[in-house]
Amino acid sequence: MSLIRTLLARRETLLLCAMLALLIGVTARFPEFATPASLANVFHDTSILIILALGQMAVILTKSIDLSVAANLAFTGMTVAMLNHAFPDLSILVLMGLALTMGLALGAINGLMVWRLNMPPIVVTLGTLTIYRGLAFVESGGAWVNAHEMSPAFLELPRAVVAGLPVLSWLAILAIGLSVLLFDRTPIGRAFFATGGNAVAAVYTGIDVGRTRFYAFCLSGMLAGLSGYLWVSRYAVAYVDVAGGFELNVIAACVIGGVSIAGGIGSVAGTVLGALFLGLIMNALPVIGVSPFWQMAISGAVIIAAVTINARAERSVGRNILRRKEIVL
Amino acid sequence: MTLFKKLAATTAVALAMLAGPASAETVKIALVVKALGIGFFDAANKGAQEAAKELGDVEVIYTGPTNTTAEGQIEVINSLIAQKVNAIAISANDKDALVPALKKAMERGITVISWDSGVAPEGRLMHLNPSSNELIGNMCVKMAADNLPDGKGDVAILSAASTATNQNTWIEEMKKVLPKYPGVKLVDTVYGDDLADKSYREMQGLIAKYPDLKAVIAPTSVGIVAAAQAVEDAGKTGQINVTGLGLPSEMAGHVKAGSSKSFAIWNPIDLGYAATTIAYELATGKAEAKPGAEIPMGRMGKVKLDDTSSGAMADPFVYDAKNVEEFAKIF
Repeated sequence: MSLIRTLLARRETLLLCAMLALLIGVTARFPEFATPASLANVFHDTSILIILALGQMAVILTKSIDLSVAANLAFTGMTVAMLNHAFPDLSILVLMGLALTMGLALGAINGLMVWRLNMPPIVVTLGTLTIYRGLAFVESGGAWVNAHEMSPAFLELPRAVVAGLPVLSWLAILAIGLSVLLFDRTPIGRAFFATGGNAVAAVYTGIDVGRTRFYAFCLSGMLAGLSGYLWVSRYAVAYVDVAGGFELNVIAACVIGGVSIAGGIGSVAGTVLGALFLGLIMNALPVIGVSPFWQMAISGAVIIAAVTINARAERSVGRNILRRKEIVL
Repeated sequence: MTLFKKLAATTAVALAMLAGPASAETVKIALVVKALGIGFFDAANKGAQEAAKELGDVEVIYTGPTNTTAEGQIEVINSLIAQKVNAIAISANDKDALVPALKKAMERGITVISWDSGVAPEGRLMHLNPSSNELIGNMCVKMAADNLPDGKGDVAILSAASTATNQNTWIEEMKKVLPKYPGVKLVDTVYGDDLADKSYREMQGLIAKYPDLKAVIAPTSVGIVAAAQAVEDAGKTGQINVTGLGLPSEMAGHVKAGSSKSFAIWNPIDLGYAATTIAYELATGKAEAKPGAEIPMGRMGKVKLDDTSSGAMADPFVYDAKNVEEFAKIF
């Protein structure tokens, strides 16, 4: 009995139930939606959101926020697309390495300002959000990089099917696997939780709070850089407004997944399910023919519902910085 | 008889005197664009030069500021007044800010017209729109209908935001002409908000929802590219034709891949040609710009002016596998 209770109290269980209910509802109106191929497609479509949300989770765990992820994605994506256009023979692995490095550097700029200059993360990343997107405009002059200007290899990689799934989906799975290891099994992963859970206590246990935040921003930036390449390749077009406003979806995925905006609470499974929940909604609403105005209202309602439940969990925050915190019903 | 001869002779002399100055020296027409270095306007200049060659006694001055500001265009206009050009044909960066400078030009006897992006009516004699909402709506449906297998099938519209004024007007016009195309069965209208990812997802939704979908009309440049990519990724190339409004440089790859058989947008060459011809007709007094007037545009036919002295040039120009590569280099 108590096992069922604990299971029910878990955010992951709640989300799974909600997704199942949603799936049943959609299938009633549109039976083809629940086919394995269609669901694999939803996962594929949500891959980039999952990758970004995992980076964002690290940042939010440390009681910070990274609003610049979508701008970082656009800037990095534009850069690799332009490089590919100029040097079509450049290996895709080099370009991916470059996307990771560039994203990491952009994230490190955020992190340094938060760490060294002690600036509030929301202000820093609000600033870099406009700077990065502005730089994407400066380097491209507002011009688009189009499908026929990208090399076939550049476009092919995320689409290539390996063992039944496209590479993009496999990358998301890889990111999930590595995140589980990072957040649950490494000192830095635990430091993310400690920093946001109780910064003072974290300092007493020997954790450098500023440095931990810096690493979180680096991780978020690096994943945003990788997503830049993936995005540009998936939609076969790079322009300045790519992924405009997408940072809000990323933060929403974290919040729906039970990551507390106040820091210290969250899980990889929750975040992934939060992203998938949003992905499910975004893919389901078009096929059941819901008006675009309702689509926005529904997404908003889900976020508010999630925050309300999160608030219950935050009430029980104590001095223990490393124990897993759960929603208390 | 003698009186008639006298009259005829004096009329001839008077006419010769009137026409004299215009034909004796070349007509200087300034084609002022939003900014230099933009492919679209360079192409318009190509058309203007073509018109100049055809008309003979015309010199086209292609000019504009280095960035798209109204201040920059005002400076350009002032220097053109000093150069005593005969006509200014402008694509405006600001509808109202240019009015005082252009009024000054008209006071000095310069013929001022606007094209592409208009100026408020008091700042110009007439405005040339690349096309009209009716023509755009009709062309969109026509392109979809022309490529339907057996001439009939399901067609959907993928628009920008559900609140976008331009797109909503065009969709209205599309719905109006549907009776003219009995083969076109409009099944749905969806909105991609001019976001690549949302448009892509909406297109996937359409593919899943309507197994017999044969064509999609996307009257938005972000939407048409995303829809074409979604069709290619879903392996539906050849079954679903993506059409609508897009730029050749952005669509070239998708036309080549076969997901889009044709799409439309105004032809900047024709636009520059028509603007130059109209400026010439007005500057030489051969035509007059007033509501209801019809002004000849050489090979482009005639433009009919409405109550605000603005008119539409032509149907949007259709791009397909035959010409898209060539125009992709231009804009």
